[in-house]
Amino acid sequence: MNKTVNQKAWLFVIPVFVLVAFNAIIPLMTVVNYAFQETFGNNVFMWEGTRWFKQILLSDRFHAALGRQILFTLIILFIQIPLGIFIALTMPKEGIGVSVCLVLMSMPLLIPWNVVGAMWNIFALPDIGFLGHSLNALGFDYNFTQQSGDAWFTTVLMDVWHWTSLVVLLSYAGLRSIQPAYYQAAEIDGASRWSVFRHIELPKMKKVLTIAILLRFMDSFMIYTEPFVLTGGGPGNATAFLSIDLVKMALGQFDLGPAAAMSLIYFFIVLTVCWVFYNLMMKNEGQS
Amino acid sequence: MKKYKWIVPTLYIIFLMLPIYWLLNMSFKTTTEIINTYTLWPNEFTLENYKKIFTDSTWYTGYLNSIYYVVLNTIISVAAALPAAYAFSRYKFLGDKHLFFWLLTNRMAPPAVFALPFFQFYSSVNLFDTHVAVALSHCLFNIPLAVWILEGFMSAVPKELDETAYVDGYSFWKFFLKIFIPTITAGIGITMFFCFMFSWVELLLAKTLTAVAAKPIAATMTRTASTSGYELGLLAAAGSLTIVPGAIVIYFVRNYIAKGFALGRV
Repeated sequence: MNKTVNQKAWLFVIPVFVLVAFNAIIPLMTVVNYAFQETFGNNVFMWEGTRWFKQILLSDRFHAALGRQILFTLIILFIQIPLGIFIALTMPKEGIGVSVCLVLMSMPLLIPWNVVGAMWNIFALPDIGFLGHSLNALGFDYNFTQQSGDAWFTTVLMDVWHWTSLVVLLSYAGLRSIQPAYYQAAEIDGASRWSVFRHIELPKMKKVLTIAILLRFMDSFMIYTEPFVLTGGGPGNATAFLSIDLVKMALGQFDLGPAAAMSLIYFFIVLTVCWVFYNLMMKNEGQS
Repeated sequence: MKKYKWIVPTLYIIFLMLPIYWLLNMSFKTTTEIINTYTLWPNEFTLENYKKIFTDSTWYTGYLNSIYYVVLNTIISVAAALPAAYAFSRYKFLGDKHLFFWLLTNRMAPPAVFALPFFQFYSSVNLFDTHVAVALSHCLFNIPLAVWILEGFMSAVPKELDETAYVDGYSFWKFFLKIFIPTITAGIGITMFFCFMFSWVELLLAKTLTAVAAKPIAATMTRTASTSGYELGLLAAAGSLTIVPGAIVIYFVRNYIAKGFALGRV
């Protein structure tokens, strides 16, 4: 749509700008403030320069948390994106089945995150949980509160349970926007199921998949509540992802300087990855 | 192969329903049954857990608090986002693209980063432990989302509609309220649904900004779980009840959801 230039449009944007700025800029400046200073309380601050940044960037604790976070996010993306597409491809296209699928599949998205954690905790308990009990009955030595491998398995499974539906819904919407004529043409050409997917469905889903990958990247990278309730970051530090580690440092130990520096580094990583990814996808869009 | 296609969604839905079933199962059991036996359904069916939640004010006020700030946040977010989304969809103005991207970056900010400054900031303006504080803080991620979704819906409305109305002598606000808003009710419905959803499921900020008076149900649950031993039945009942508002909302907007996703805006 061709838009007209109208500077008065700013008046319409002011309420949004004020509300978001109130919440984003002032607290963010507080973080920046802490990141460069040392405080012993009573509002006395001393300039520290980049000391906290160096300390965080060189600390093993941060490297370990970042490593766990990257691994977790990669696993999540590699499972949820293909699985979500696959389920969307097999969903019914019309009739009562559509509503049933949409409503039931959306359920996990609407459950408060700490309830998701609590629910999976109860579900996976080795003695009285369905998952834990079944796995142990099948002969696996499963206990997510004590073995870090099991804790990882449970956390990943929980996230797959919680968020795959988002990818399914997005992919499904993308598939629905394909005109039947494309499929008819493919049938006349005798295209195989794979080439229909590769050359018709996948390109048409590109836009929604970009959004799906971006959202899943951001949210899995920022994950806090669910693993906090499920495992508390344990056993040991096995599932202490970045957010969990950060909150421990800021609210638990009250190391405000290092925590603030870590916040900024953390925010910067998310922003950079999203920006690069966003531009890469947009550039591809321009070429094709 | 086409014949067996239904198996995949069916298996997936069973996988989704299992933990929910287990939560419901636990919520109808007595504590002794939970601790001493492993049963696939409640042997001594009891409503005690639910009774406790509906009669004990520390529990049910948690629900009321949550609903209060979620509704407040939804109203603020949508009301503020409507004119802004209109501006983004209809006009070019200084810094519009940058502003739009800046709004979206707030969706990318880890809430953990903001937890502590929010606590200090809202304490210093005397809003700590109020519903307004939580509602305002959730605007951080809900307003950008609302603007994003609404802009998509508004851009789909042809501009001729605006122009015809002006020719017919409508003032801007009369046009906006009487004609434009009714044409995008589906979009407003979806936006409200997502604002409701993200405010309802968020815990970290809601917990950080409240102590007693506005404590959300989610915080009541975590504190119960960690302080008074492990009352699993009670916890399960409270958890099951938190699913209800979401289920009600999703039932009402089920037809709009597919449409909203189709615009690629969610």
